[in-house]
Amino acid sequence: MSTTSTLKPAIGQPAPQFDLPATPDQRLSLAQLRGKPVVLVFYPADWSPVCGDQIGLYNELLSEFQRYDAQIVGISVDGAWCHAAYSRDRNLHFPLLADFEPKGEISRRYGVYLASEGVSERALFVLDEEGIVRWSYVSPIGINPGADGILDALDKLPGKSGRTA
Amino acid sequence: MSRLVALQDDDHVQGPRDAGLVLIEYGDFECPYCGEEYPEIKAVQQAMGDALCFAFRHFPLRQAHPHAERAAEFAEAAATIGRFWEMHDLLYEHQRALDERSLVGYAGQLGFDTALIESALNGDFAARVQKDFSAGVRNGVNGTPCLFLNGRRYDGANDRASLLQLLRDVAAG
Repeated sequence: MSTTSTLKPAIGQPAPQFDLPATPDQRLSLAQLRGKPVVLVFYPADWSPVCGDQIGLYNELLSEFQRYDAQIVGISVDGAWCHAAYSRDRNLHFPLLADFEPKGEISRRYGVYLASEGVSERALFVLDEEGIVRWSYVSPIGINPGADGILDALDKLPGKSGRTA
Repeated sequence: MSRLVALQDDDHVQGPRDAGLVLIEYGDFECPYCGEEYPEIKAVQQAMGDALCFAFRHFPLRQAHPHAERAAEFAEAAATIGRFWEMHDLLYEHQRALDERSLVGYAGQLGFDTALIESALNGDFAARVQKDFSAGVRNGVNGTPCLFLNGRRYDGANDRASLLQLLRDVAAG
């Protein structure tokens, strides 16, 4: 499978804004997260095995992310009801946003929409407290990227070094 | 995203530490995929003999598997009386019975005394398990089972035939 995406927000640029459903009756915007580092996890689909591992892994690491006061957010083209069922089934404790209507619009703004498949790529962005992109990574779609790159990027955020207690 | 993952002094290993092939598994005793991997690794160990050093590190997915953490702690408790691998095997052979009552039963089979059982139930081995987990995250563990061969994460097929082919290819240079 060829990847044609180009990561749109380059390192050092502001991350594109979004305001997406987090549950069937709640929305979450990037602006609401201003003031804390943000980890954006674009992934192809709820329920697929690799995603399950990846999302499940991050769910196990919430205490690690909290040490950086970072908020992790998943984004896929699945709808809010699908996310709700998936979150409940997997006991997830972080928001999954529905890039559902217009389909994939936010993924496109981040340059990680895989039009041939109709899903988001498996892409990670780490934003600083001001919403500036500090690190990004696109994984081959079948490979779970793990969390080491995210944690390394959080370590390197200005003013964040040494928060390892 | 690539660090070489080396054996540590406190790793639980089977086979010579200076073997040319070092396979490290990050695993979770309640993970069904790890359970499927267990006989594959056994077969690979049998086929490779002393050419292979196998190490097991803990990576309990606590949110997904409610018994995984305590099971890992009991394996660490077993290690203090030299019976880590027997507990490792018992746990993988009884993955559907990892509640505390069952764990205490396995502990009894392996000769834990009352104090050691109390200690394991008390969480005294949690820090050791967490050490493996935290290092695993930093090493790029991306789920379970996660294999590292000679320091590098291996994302390919992990059935016995694929692993044997891989190990023989690596050994042949």
